[in-house]
Amino acid sequence: MTVAWLALVAYMIFAGLRLDFTWDRFIIGLDNAERFLGRMFPPAILQPDSMAKGLLESLEIAILASFFGVLLSLPLGVLAARNLMPAWVSWPARTTIALCRSFHPVIVAILFVKAVGFGAIAGILTLIVASMGFIGKLFAEAIEEISLKQVEAVRASGAPFMSVLTYGVFPQVFSRFVGFATYQIDSNLRNSTMVGIVGAGGIGATLFAAFQRFDYNFVCAILIAIILMIMIGESLARWVRRILGVDVSKSDA
Amino acid sequence: MNSSVQHTLSIRGLSKEYVPGKPVLRQIDLDVDTRGITAIIGPSGTGKSTLIRCINRLVEPTAGSILFEQQDLVRLDRGALRLARRHIGMVFQEYNLVERLSVMENLLTGRLGYLSAWKAWRRKYPQEDIDRAFELLEIVGLNGFENQRADSLSGGQRQRVGIARAVMQNPRLLLADEPTSSLDPKTSVEIMQLLVSIGEKYSIPVVINMHDVDLAKRFASRIVGMSGGAIVYDGGPAGLTDTVLQSIYGGEDWLQ
Repeated sequence: MTVAWLALVAYMIFAGLRLDFTWDRFIIGLDNAERFLGRMFPPAILQPDSMAKGLLESLEIAILASFFGVLLSLPLGVLAARNLMPAWVSWPARTTIALCRSFHPVIVAILFVKAVGFGAIAGILTLIVASMGFIGKLFAEAIEEISLKQVEAVRASGAPFMSVLTYGVFPQVFSRFVGFATYQIDSNLRNSTMVGIVGAGGIGATLFAAFQRFDYNFVCAILIAIILMIMIGESLARWVRRILGVDVSKSDA
Repeated sequence: MNSSVQHTLSIRGLSKEYVPGKPVLRQIDLDVDTRGITAIIGPSGTGKSTLIRCINRLVEPTAGSILFEQQDLVRLDRGALRLARRHIGMVFQEYNLVERLSVMENLLTGRLGYLSAWKAWRRKYPQEDIDRAFELLEIVGLNGFENQRADSLSGGQRQRVGIARAVMQNPRLLLADEPTSSLDPKTSVEIMQLLVSIGEKYSIPVVINMHDVDLAKRFASRIVGMSGGAIVYDGGPAGLTDTVLQSIYGGEDWLQ
């Protein structure tokens, strides 16, 4: 045990030195930050057209990706649930989910930009993949925790499989699914502002261009706009949850 | 296997091994055709529940045949099994209601086998199903409960919904797996009375497995005693002498 701790401390010192992670370096950095922050204020919307177009595009990417992502993750999650599906079905579904989750959206976005070209379509596909990975995994886990007694009763009545799902399974996991979906919409909104940096459409492109031109006051204006958009999105998600009667704070027992 | 008498249910040589070489059911032969209640009694772990569940294949039998309305249920493929299950109602020990659905939706669950999944999803039930559901709510004594969520009901009320749901299927056989084991004595009696009257009213044979011998004697017209995965007694409640009970449960101290 002690040896393990000593090894960890030794490795951290080694890694810190290698990466020049030192106090002096930090102080030099602070100096830089002061200049950077100074140039950010006051914020200024230098290119209103570009900013409006970027924000709208991000919003569209987020909404389209959320819609298709949620739609696709529903069957994917069901197929991946090991208590409903035989291994030869759940195994490929789980592999698909694992693949969707294995890369950060930035990497997925780069792959899609190379595959389908610059623009919003790459961003949409990226966030669909992210949504399928996240909701699919959590939804499958939620299904694996349901009470099979309720499912058994529906099955014993001679219901077709789809009806067993809609009556025996979904009522037990519906509120959790809505919770996952609204969380993912939130997350897609945030990520839709980022995929533009690698050319996959949205406000990220405008932000990145402003950085490269050292228009830090414009950068600041864009960041504020993004914060506002995210906050509006969060209250919308809360509103959706309330309308659907899903109280996330309450347990699902 | 080709008996001259037509039974509603005719079980021959039924065996079940969850673990190979360790049979839970050994060569069960059982015919059910009488109206009224057939009670299966026996100690815990003797395969009563497995027997009941083999009939509608919630548990897959290892060997044997189960003839129900000229069909061997054991040999049916998935599709045909589903169609056959529509005619076999089942009542569960822990009610097995869909907790988050309303009482009415739980009752209508009994009609899912007759309805396309698409119609079921949109809650497009024929009016006669809905009328029947209301009628059954009255019969089981749950008038006005249709919009309550199942998880807001008491145990006795839940079991009434469970029975109504099974009867919604228009079953030609009603199975009940320890229907009163989670209920208090008074409610247990009420539930047994309800099962008897349902069986009479709709002329459906009812097969119940239970561990309460007194309750079985009081309500069943026929008692099947099981021990060690085999049937050791089959006859009227009057024939359940202490000697017979000993052969079913073993020992004698508990009879004092």
